[in-house]
Amino acid sequence: MELQRSLLRFITCGSVDDGKSTLIGRLLYESKLLYADHLAALEADSRRVGTRGGELDFALLVDGLAAEREQGITIDVAYRFFATEARRFIVADTPGHEQYTRNMVTGASTADAAVILLDARKGVLSQTRRHARIVSLLGIRHVALAVNKLDLLDYSRELFDEVCAAFAEFAADLGFAEITCVPMSATEGVNVVGRSELTPWYDGPTLLQWLETVDAGSAPDGPSRFLVQWVNRPDASFRGFSGRVLRGTLRAGDAVCTGGRTSTVDRIVTMDGDLAAAPTGSSVTVVLADDVDASRGDVLAAAADPPGVADTFQAHLVWLNENGLLPGRQYLAKIGARTVGFTATKSLELNEIGVDKVHLDAPVPFESYRTNRDLGSFVVLDRLTNATVGAGMIDFALSPTNVRWQNLTVDKEARVARNGHRPCVVWLTGLSGAGKSTIADLVEKALHAEGRHTFLLDGDNVRHGLNSDLGFTDADRVENIRRIAEVAALMVDAGLIVLVSFISPFRAERALARELVGENEFCEVFVDTPLEVAEQRDPKGLYRKARRGELPNFTGIDSPYEPPENPEVRLDTTALSPEAAAEVVVAGLRTLGVC
Amino acid sequence: MNHLDQLEADSIDIFREAVAESERPVLLYSIGKDSSVLLHLARKAFYPSKPPFPLLHVDTTWKFREMIEFRDRTAAELGLELIVHRNPECVALGINPFDHGSARHTDLWKTQGLRQALDEHRFDVAFGGARRDEEASRAKERVFSFRTAQHQWDPKNQRPELWRLYNTRVAPGESIRVFPLSNWTELDVWRYVERERIPVVPLYFAARRPVVDRDGMLIMVDDDRMPLSEKPREELVRFRTLGCYPLTGAVRSEARTVTEIVEEMRTATTSERQGRLIDHDQSGSMERKKREGYF
Repeated sequence: MELQRSLLRFITCGSVDDGKSTLIGRLLYESKLLYADHLAALEADSRRVGTRGGELDFALLVDGLAAEREQGITIDVAYRFFATEARRFIVADTPGHEQYTRNMVTGASTADAAVILLDARKGVLSQTRRHARIVSLLGIRHVALAVNKLDLLDYSRELFDEVCAAFAEFAADLGFAEITCVPMSATEGVNVVGRSELTPWYDGPTLLQWLETVDAGSAPDGPSRFLVQWVNRPDASFRGFSGRVLRGTLRAGDAVCTGGRTSTVDRIVTMDGDLAAAPTGSSVTVVLADDVDASRGDVLAAAADPPGVADTFQAHLVWLNENGLLPGRQYLAKIGARTVGFTATKSLELNEIGVDKVHLDAPVPFESYRTNRDLGSFVVLDRLTNATVGAGMIDFALSPTNVRWQNLTVDKEARVARNGHRPCVVWLTGLSGAGKSTIADLVEKALHAEGRHTFLLDGDNVRHGLNSDLGFTDADRVENIRRIAEVAALMVDAGLIVLVSFISPFRAERALARELVGENEFCEVFVDTPLEVAEQRDPKGLYRKARRGELPNFTGIDSPYEPPENPEVRLDTTALSPEAAAEVVVAGLRTLGVC
Repeated sequence: MNHLDQLEADSIDIFREAVAESERPVLLYSIGKDSSVLLHLARKAFYPSKPPFPLLHVDTTWKFREMIEFRDRTAAELGLELIVHRNPECVALGINPFDHGSARHTDLWKTQGLRQALDEHRFDVAFGGARRDEEASRAKERVFSFRTAQHQWDPKNQRPELWRLYNTRVAPGESIRVFPLSNWTELDVWRYVERERIPVVPLYFAARRPVVDRDGMLIMVDDDRMPLSEKPREELVRFRTLGCYPLTGAVRSEARTVTEIVEEMRTATTSERQGRLIDHDQSGSMERKKREGYF
């Protein structure tokens, strides 16, 4: 017999030692989801490393990784499952340490409800408020406040009421549809599953009763949205779009549009036969009546009410990586089923949350996160490490720019024909004192003598003018390089061989500079001089100043230098004279076909 | 939608994301019930196309004979490419659980064998049927689980996984293990097998089979390679999980149909992995094996 059970995803969160893992262990135990061998292992572990004097320590059930057991803390999101006759549950157990905010955001991103635990003795702490704000930010509207450890306060009704009132007052403007407060003791099992005689004054639901009845509310209604994930073409006779209904209900015969083209839903195909209608959340394959060209990342939408399309947004950002967000740095964002270039305008550190103006390098269909989690959320990826470094929620689109790209008649190819050589950025990177400027000057002299059209952008010189407003923080260094890269790219459009001589310590910015120009138009030259050698040369006395602490954020001393991994040219200046090094660069340009 | 519909839709979504964003995907087919469900979901995800990837079975030469028959029949009936990999060193050395112990047997045949096969075919995405309810370290693994070029998993340095926005980006040589059944439980799997009438290896159903006692487990004598000092006895048994026959314990059961299995599951008092010798070698052993590249 198939039970028509629904699925509820929820998170548990709270401060350190409020008893989250214990609560989940207790839920598994009380709903008889612990098998005898798990229980035997738990008994043995409780005696060995438990914190309850040999009694069952439910936290050990959930804290699965060896490192966690040793440290007695939960270091990552753990997903646990249990079921009752009414519902099947997916629990994200998220840790309470401040530095692990990212785990809570991760757990909350897929949850429909939240259980916020607090220690009744401590009341509403700043951590509790922070967790409630994240729960609200991630769009969860149903909250249970589990007032735990009430056994240590003799199940005092007055203290319970006090804590609940304090939380309700604080949470009034967080937009929760409901807050249910439950007086509890997870270790004793009071009001977790069954009602307890120890709290005769409480007539609300136990935590499990609340979980079984809370409105899952996971099906946003409204106009239909279908995200195309994969174009399905088994043979010439069938062309379908495989994807997921993200909002509303999609019906055969519906008028839909994508990217300005309209059509009609001809069939909704599944392996079990065609459907007349596909509800929110279903994964199906759509066949359109016309030969409309849609591809991965497109959204098929109710023709009468399609989503907006934009490339610039106000968004809430959560930073998830040890390397902070830098304004202007090029990242990638995955939104829906598209991955596009991404830049932000502010700085954020690990676990910081901020509101920012963000820009994508291509317009995407979207809805505000409040309206539709699936079309309003994105993750930020690092271009070099591929790590997931940030998460974002779209508030609204900022007015799209009306600046369009102007096609010009005299283009780059025309200039190549006139000049007799191809344009190129020759990007010299290396430590201060490595010899970049000296070598760049010699290279330009040689090219000029051959009749090439050149220009030299020197780091120090540019800082006097275009970049005079920038300092030496990581953020300013990124902006400094971004501007130089744009200027260099313009000069390449003008047909020049541009010599750029900058420390440019970060790989990501050099990668950006490379992407701004065409293939074979970028020659990265690594002027490779060991720190000791550069410091010994110290032509401008900068290293001595830095060592005395007078020049903070000095590359190589207290700011990192990330050497190129695959430069077109590498110059070992301990073995080459500046003149010989310049010849190596010119030879490199010939290899690239520049001249 | 009920909870099985939702789990199914999520799994299909995962298959499509992984295939759309990878170059050379493969499905690790281990022949058990989870693999049967995984394959069924893969067919649904891409219908009317066939799943656009081959099946890979890392064989140990010690699987139950009925498993191998079922594997070959399934691949043939569905018209799917089946790659069978046997670690050639193990073949040459005759690695077996009796002479070399379960830990070494498993590491050499399965962990090293899998790494060889993934390297040989340069697969960048490998679908697996692992579920988070199986073991504590699995409860924390991502759906899209990153592996270094050495196939290693770093549990403390996993990519945050938010919403349904899976990060599929890898550098050359690196890969992603994708687990579409992450959020399924053993009971969900059986209910789904029942609902969808998915074929599974007959060993899951109770029958009279020849067994002997080994280390407190009921081991079925599947061929004459097993050293015996006693005469096997016939018992009515079935298997909750399938692996190498000398390492997989049978349970006494009368459940002869999927419906009876579901009913038995509802009242079960031990977890399915209890029937696996390899998990009991050492506490925390699954996490260690996974770090080394085991599925």
